[in-house]
Amino acid sequence: MIEIDGITKRYDGNTVVNNVSMTIEPRTVTVIVGTSGSGKTTLLRMINRLVEPTSGAIRLDGEDNRSMPGFELRRRIGYAIQGHGLFPHRTVAQNIATVPVLLGWGKARIDAKVTELLTLFQLDPAAFSARFPHELSGGQQQRVGVARALAAEPNVLLMDEPFGALDPIIRAKAQADLLAIQRLLGTTIVLVTHDMDEAFHLAHKIAVMDKGALVQYGRPAELVKDPATEFVQTLIGTSERPFRLLSIETAGDAVEPGPAGGKPLAETISQRDALSELLWAGRSALPVAAADGTILGRVTLEGLTRRAAKPQ
Amino acid sequence: MRAWIPHLLRAALLAVLIAFLVDPGWFDPLLKPLVQDNAPAIYNQGSLLTLTLLHLRTVAIATTGAIIVAVTLAILVTRPFGAEFLPLSRSLVNVGQTFPPVAVLALAVPILGFGEKPTLVALFLYGLLPIFENTLTGLTTLPPSVMEAARGSGMTDRQRLFKVELPLAMPMILAGIRLSVVISLATATIGSTVAAKTLGEVIIAGLQSNNIAFVLQGGLIVGALAVLIYDGFSAIERILARRAGLSTRS
Repeated sequence: MIEIDGITKRYDGNTVVNNVSMTIEPRTVTVIVGTSGSGKTTLLRMINRLVEPTSGAIRLDGEDNRSMPGFELRRRIGYAIQGHGLFPHRTVAQNIATVPVLLGWGKARIDAKVTELLTLFQLDPAAFSARFPHELSGGQQQRVGVARALAAEPNVLLMDEPFGALDPIIRAKAQADLLAIQRLLGTTIVLVTHDMDEAFHLAHKIAVMDKGALVQYGRPAELVKDPATEFVQTLIGTSERPFRLLSIETAGDAVEPGPAGGKPLAETISQRDALSELLWAGRSALPVAAADGTILGRVTLEGLTRRAAKPQ
Repeated sequence: MRAWIPHLLRAALLAVLIAFLVDPGWFDPLLKPLVQDNAPAIYNQGSLLTLTLLHLRTVAIATTGAIIVAVTLAILVTRPFGAEFLPLSRSLVNVGQTFPPVAVLALAVPILGFGEKPTLVALFLYGLLPIFENTLTGLTTLPPSVMEAARGSGMTDRQRLFKVELPLAMPMILAGIRLSVVISLATATIGSTVAAKTLGEVIIAGLQSNNIAFVLQGGLIVGALAVLIYDGFSAIERILARRAGLSTRS
């Protein structure tokens, strides 16, 4: 659990983050959104003390994050950034091993961890360990960046626009991978982005920052239903509201019993994508299949339409 | 394509240089036409090999000193606590560069006496600027995302310096050292005006006895050394830059 308690950051009288309080539940994904200059990155960087707050406190599992030197705190918190920031003079394996080496792990344990993470991120350890970052594609570099952040098995992973430099196709894959890994490891993720689609796709809860203040903090559906300010409304986009609602949950969550013809949809795709498939196929229902091919039921146009309507 | 030609030329240059230093007598017929009757064509007041080694030693000592001071200074002024000394150290090092080495020699002799010491002082001061400026450039132009990742992964200031900043700046630092060494190789010859044992002796002897062959062989040895050392450093820089992933893929 991360408790942010009355955090303020001023630079020369200029308030960048203004009295923000919020509690982040363990093993969830919290996405901080806002325009550039809204203070969202500064807020994130105060959690691992890359920025020291002017006033207020941040507690990790009840422990003040100033109870230890900043560098020790940062070794316990994963940190992944836009443009990955891999060390160009070190191999993939050495990059991933950065924090374990700083923590003084034994060589066997480090090697095992590197192999485990490369496998988890679908990079063949034999082929990739000894490569240098400039020999990888953008998507591979990004995966190594996240693997490095997770190497010391942190409870908390901070991500600053981690997918910002990726093209749309690789980005969708990276987001799906992140969600799968988050479910697998149970890591608490705090992610900063200005991409609302990304926020709705990833977040259990969304925090909206505007001019340094936290204007709304809640589940994605709450934001769509009751936007706290005009700004939140604009950010979500009035015409996007039904589609935002559909992009929160997966097709698997909208399954109804009953038969349907046509090519089955994967249960992991969003309901928004399922709707799109239905419209394109010109059908009122399509079957939904689990990863192993079993038919779970069907999604219907009618069912999705109901889910896209304003919550009562 | 034909990438081996420069290597071949370098190897040939090295072979000729070694042959000339080991047994200059072989080259007597080549230099003979340059001198008047009965004058010696090959320097005969000492061993060319010994002078060359002393010349290199002087340059090595002065450059090592310059590396230690310039790199340390550049590291200090790029730390948060040293940032305010940046302009001051810059102008100090610039003064070292603009002050003519001959003037340094003239000022240093009364204090340090004749011989190698005043030459070392002059070369040291003259060699500081390229190393300092390049180290500074190397340390201040590191990719911001890499520096952010280094801090974010929990490296201390010292670990960042030794594990990330210096390795990444190394090709730039080496380029500075290369410039400094080449300048020093040429400048060291004037040390012989204050009785330092360098290849300048050969050139001065040639000037005094109007012997073009002496001047030529002194100058050519220095030139050959400069070319070979310059190339050697460039090769090391390329290897380091490739390892650091800083060069584009070839």
